[in-house]
Amino acid sequence: MSPQSATKTPAVGDEREPFVDQPLTITDFVRYQGASGDMNPIHHDTGFAQKAGYPTPFAVGMLQASVLGTYVTDWLGPENIRRFRVQFREQAWPGDVLTYTGVVTDVRTEGDETLVDVELACTRQTGGVHLKGWATFSV
Amino acid sequence: MSDEGKQGQPYEMIVEAGKVREFARAAKSRNPAYFVPAESHPVSPVTFLASSAFWSTPESSPSRGGPPPNWERILHGEQEFVFPNGPPHAGDVLTATTRIGKEYEKEGKRGGTMKFSELITEFRDRDGNLVAESKSTAIETGKATTE
Repeated sequence: MSPQSATKTPAVGDEREPFVDQPLTITDFVRYQGASGDMNPIHHDTGFAQKAGYPTPFAVGMLQASVLGTYVTDWLGPENIRRFRVQFREQAWPGDVLTYTGVVTDVRTEGDETLVDVELACTRQTGGVHLKGWATFSV
Repeated sequence: MSDEGKQGQPYEMIVEAGKVREFARAAKSRNPAYFVPAESHPVSPVTFLASSAFWSTPESSPSRGGPPPNWERILHGEQEFVFPNGPPHAGDVLTATTRIGKEYEKEGKRGGTMKFSELITEFRDRDGNLVAESKSTAIETGKATTE
């Protein structure tokens, strides 16, 4: 992802160029878990994951949520974000190729602020939705 | 009986430049905003406050004294961050307080009965102003979901 900043007020329907990430690795999960302090072994310990009934460790949702967050703030500004919400849908797995997308759904004025709503998604190579997200920016 | 509103002890969280950088890297961002020198107080990534796990203590958990979480069955359902004036910056000293939000159950299609519980954390500055609010919704499932 290359940094980008909004040069004009976004309009409804504006889309950011999708970000197609490299295939997910357990190393990605471990790096995020180390950064965040969430050391749930189900995301990196194969024996633990299998004992819990999963074929392999699965992705930490908050990692992809964090990628989705920086994807949209690289677009509309990391200082400008006011609200960010994600819903975790189907699980993502090592080897998955994820695509991050965002589209402006509303631009409105509240007081002296211009607020921009963006709808976000992180989609698996199967077409399955891993994350749905919503962000609001003050621009 | 609902534990809604039950609150843990407040704890301090210092936003650190090295941690901001580490977190931004983990989130695969190369935005230079996160990589400026510490004295320029880089802004933190939007999900950065997840790393408050490094600052919280057993006493700051509102469910202290209750049964330990069953990690094999807990999924993260939803996460929200709200910033009245934008995300905190490196150098900010925050006081965080976590409370239990709504708790409810739903019948799931693939995981049996699902128990939802919200944890809400407020982050305030030294003057008591609200800097951020985090809401995390956990789902405890009856069995493993492997979709």
